[in-house]
Order: sequence, then C-alpha cells, then structure tokens
Amino acid sequence: MKRDVAVISFAQSAHVRAVDSENEVEMLMPVVGDVLGAIDMTMDDIGFTCSGSTDYLAGQAFSFVMILDGVGPWPPIQESHVEMDGAWALYEAWVKLQLGEIDTALVYCCARASAGDLPMVLTRQLDPYTAGPLWPDSISLAALQARALIDAGKATEADMAEVAARSRRAALDNPVAQLAWDRPAGELLTEDHLVAPLRRHDCPPISDGVAAVALAAGDAAGDRCRRPAWISGIDHRVEPIHLGLRDLTESRSTRLAAERAGVHDGPLDVAELHAPFTHQELILRDALGLDATTAVNPSGGALAANPMMTAGLVRIGEVASHIHDGTANRGVAHATSGPCLQQNLVCVLEGDGAGGRRR
Amino acid sequence: MVDVVLPESLRGVEPVRSVRIPARLEYRYTPGAASSRFLRGIAEKRILGERCSVCQKVYVPPRGACPTDGVPTAEQVELAHAGTVVSFCVVNVAFYGQEMEIPYVTANIRLDGSDLPIMHLIQECPADEVRIGMRVEAVWVDDADLGPTLESIRWFRPTGEPDADVDIPGEGVGTGLGSWVGGTAPGEGP
Repeated sequence: MKRDVAVISFAQSAHVRAVDSENEVEMLMPVVGDVLGAIDMTMDDIGFTCSGSTDYLAGQAFSFVMILDGVGPWPPIQESHVEMDGAWALYEAWVKLQLGEIDTALVYCCARASAGDLPMVLTRQLDPYTAGPLWPDSISLAALQARALIDAGKATEADMAEVAARSRRAALDNPVAQLAWDRPAGELLTEDHLVAPLRRHDCPPISDGVAAVALAAGDAAGDRCRRPAWISGIDHRVEPIHLGLRDLTESRSTRLAAERAGVHDGPLDVAELHAPFTHQELILRDALGLDATTAVNPSGGALAANPMMTAGLVRIGEVASHIHDGTANRGVAHATSGPCLQQNLVCVLEGDGAGGRRR
Repeated sequence: MVDVVLPESLRGVEPVRSVRIPARLEYRYTPGAASSRFLRGIAEKRILGERCSVCQKVYVPPRGACPTDGVPTAEQVELAHAGTVVSFCVVNVAFYGQEMEIPYVTANIRLDGSDLPIMHLIQECPADEVRIGMRVEAVWVDDADLGPTLESIRWFRPTGEPDADVDIPGEGVGTGLGSWVGGTAPGEGP
C-alpha cells in the first residue's frame, strides 16, 4: 500500500542568463531558507535530503558535494544525489518516504549552465561511441525532431509559434521568469529560422537558477501545510539512447508514465510540462491526452526559464503551488531529461477532496 | 525482425577493440562572493577566513556557508601565515603533468586561528621528516608575482617550533575517523 506523501512547500530563485557574483552554495542558501521558512521548519526537521545537478554543467567533479554545504550537512545527515533533474531527486525522496522510516524530505536542485557552452555540454549525454563524437548540439537535435513532427503531418510551424506566443505571454505574470513578452504568433513566423524548422522563439533560454521542494508523509504534511499537494501518482520511463531507435514524433515513455501515474483518473485543472522546445509541448499534450479544459504551463514553462536539472522540479513545484493556494484541485507535472524527450517523469498532484487519493 | 548481415567488405577484418575519442569543454569558473573575498586577499598577501555566526568556527578558504549550520559566513577573519600539519601524504609516484620532484609532501595544514585545514605542499625539509603536529609557515612568491590564486603561496616550510597537539577533524563527533589515531581502526575496538 502506498503511503500518502505531499509537496508542502516550494521555492525557487529568479532565473537569469548568468549568475556572476555567487557560487552554487550562495545561490542555494536563500532558496533553502525560503522553502523551509514558509512552513516554519529547519534542517533539524528534515529526515532525508536529496539533490539533483550535474558535474557537466559546473565542469567540476563531485560538484554536488560542495553545494551540500548550503544545507549544513555536518554532523552527517541522511542525504543522496542524482545526476539528473531535481524531479528525479524528488522521486528518490518519495521512494525513501514510502519505506516509512522518515516523515519529511528536502529536495533541491541547482543549475549554472552559464559556466559552459550548454548545447555542446549536452552532447555528452549521447551515446559516446557513435553519436557523441559528432558533437550534435541540442538545438540541432531538437530541430530534427521538429522536422519529423512536421513531416508526419502532426504539427506546423504556426502551431509551434502559437505555443511560443502563449508561453511567453503567460510568463509576464511569472515574477521569476527569464523570458516574457507579448507578440502575436503571426509576427513570430516572419522571422528567420535559427536551425530550420526552429526559430529563436521555439527554443528555451539558457538559464541559471535554483529550486527546492519540501515533502512530508501522512499527518506530518497537514501539520505544516494548510492544503498539502498530495502525490497521488508518480512514474518515470526512459527510451533508448539511440535517436534512430525511437519514433521522435511521439513520446511513448510519457504516455506509459502517465498511465502508471493515474493521470486519467480524474479531471486536470492545470498541467506544467517540461517542454524546452515548442514542438515538444505538442508531443507531450498528445502523450498526456490533455484537452482544452486543462490550463497548460501558466508559468510559461521551460520556454520562460529552462535551468538545467531544475526546470523539471520547478514544474512539480508550480503545480503544487496552485493546489496550496486553492487555484487548482488536481494537476499534472512533467519533467524530461536527455535529448528529444528521451526520459520522462509524470507526477499527479491533488488537494484534499480531489477524489483520486487513496487512503 | 530484420536480420542484420555484415557487409562482405567487413567480413574477416580485424575487430575494433578500442577507440580513442578526445573531448574538450571550456568552462568559466565563478568563485562566488566569499571565495572572491579570499582570493583578493591572497593577491594582497593576506589570508582571510570567514566565521560562522552560529558555531563560531572559522573556515578557510571560505565557500560562503557553514557546513554545520547552513548559514552564510559573513564575518571575515585575517589568519596567521603559520599553522600545524594535521595530515599529510608523501607522493612517490610520478604522473603526467607533475611539476614537483618526487618524493614530495602534500599536507593538510590548519592555519592558526582557523578550524578547517587547507591543502598545500611542504618543502625545505626531507619528506620523511614531515609529521602530524609539525609547525609550518607559508613561503610566498615574490610580491610582483602575487595574484588571486593559492599558487601565490609557493609552499609551506617548517618553522622549527616544538610540535603542536592536533585534534583530528571528526574526532568526538562519532564518525570513528579519529579512532585511526594510535593504530586502532574503526570497529577494531580498544
């Protein structure tokens, strides 16, 4: 039987192109202070801490060990790290909470993509023998996927421009967004391609930023949070590393994770999708079976700010915030990792009384 | 399923047993506020630690946070250029890019007034004379060569003072690290 676990707090930094004056520890500390302060907790109240980041962004081996100083890990705390987005760190913390040994967890993630040349850094996640040596940058790979989608008749460049226009307009209301503007889709289509068929507006910004989430199980959640965002389902699936083995025009891993997470067990008020490129939102909407009754990416999504290893956890935090403040009752958050939506995590969050939660 | 058939031209050729795929990425390091204060101090021949306002420990080089309390360390403390060897290792193995002549000693040196050792070289004495508790002092580069890098300290050398008592980091905190002192490994018992 599953133990009830909820997101009880969420905090994030402003996302910017480059943080110049602070190291990762200095970036993290205020956000950890915010996420715990909002629920009147300190690190002494946390049973398990899990973080997500990657050495390839920092260009330093074991960089997460140094970042850990920001939470005060001495004397030793129960702690773990994933070389992935913080959404997967949250998954590990959720599993740990299922074991029943602890009642609370802190999840955080940190990104400083500005330290390196991100599209080149991301080539290092490809198969190291046949694809990696070609250094295909992340934008070109996304363009291959967009081209496949258009050629299959599943989307047009105009559909993609609509996603860009809607996301950047929504981002005007997001105080931590890096990229927000209000321009009609038709105007966007008059611009030149960056990497055809992608235009600049189809691509995410490169972002530095930090996010953190606090989790609690059972009664511990209600003690600290007026309206906990219960995790009614969470699942993640991965597809083959070789792009040629996948149908890039759909996301089977998202579809499977959504089924396992119970996405369709009830109506969805809000969806936060980690779609760094506009065409990927179209693929994800299809895989998740979203219709017009669900508000998609009211934060602006990854097109408003895309801190690597962080934007996925931000999606979970954004949906949880809507449940905390009562503007949504049930929502889905999605996180992705790897080129062209290779790996996907789906998390369903519900407020009390949403009906899907099993006690 | 499609049968995979090796083309005629590839049959009987020597199999590939390894490939060499060089990769290089350039990064820009951001030391952050606390480490920047430290590095600017080094360029002026000053060693600046930072004190935690909660536990009063002084960290050097500072990273901006106290790892015990998770709070910013804002108070700067100027430290002595002398300290005590709290751990060391004798490097006897040559490796690519090595600049020192072997054998040489890398040591953890706790500067007077600080609570965390820094890592640096010990020179101007035979490697087999370096010991835990040995008192050492910084040997700086010429003033004209000072810069915002720990290489502004060339190495440490013995001061000739009597050895100091050394508290082993972690001893008394319950990790068992300290129990290696005196030849007893963790778990072996007294």
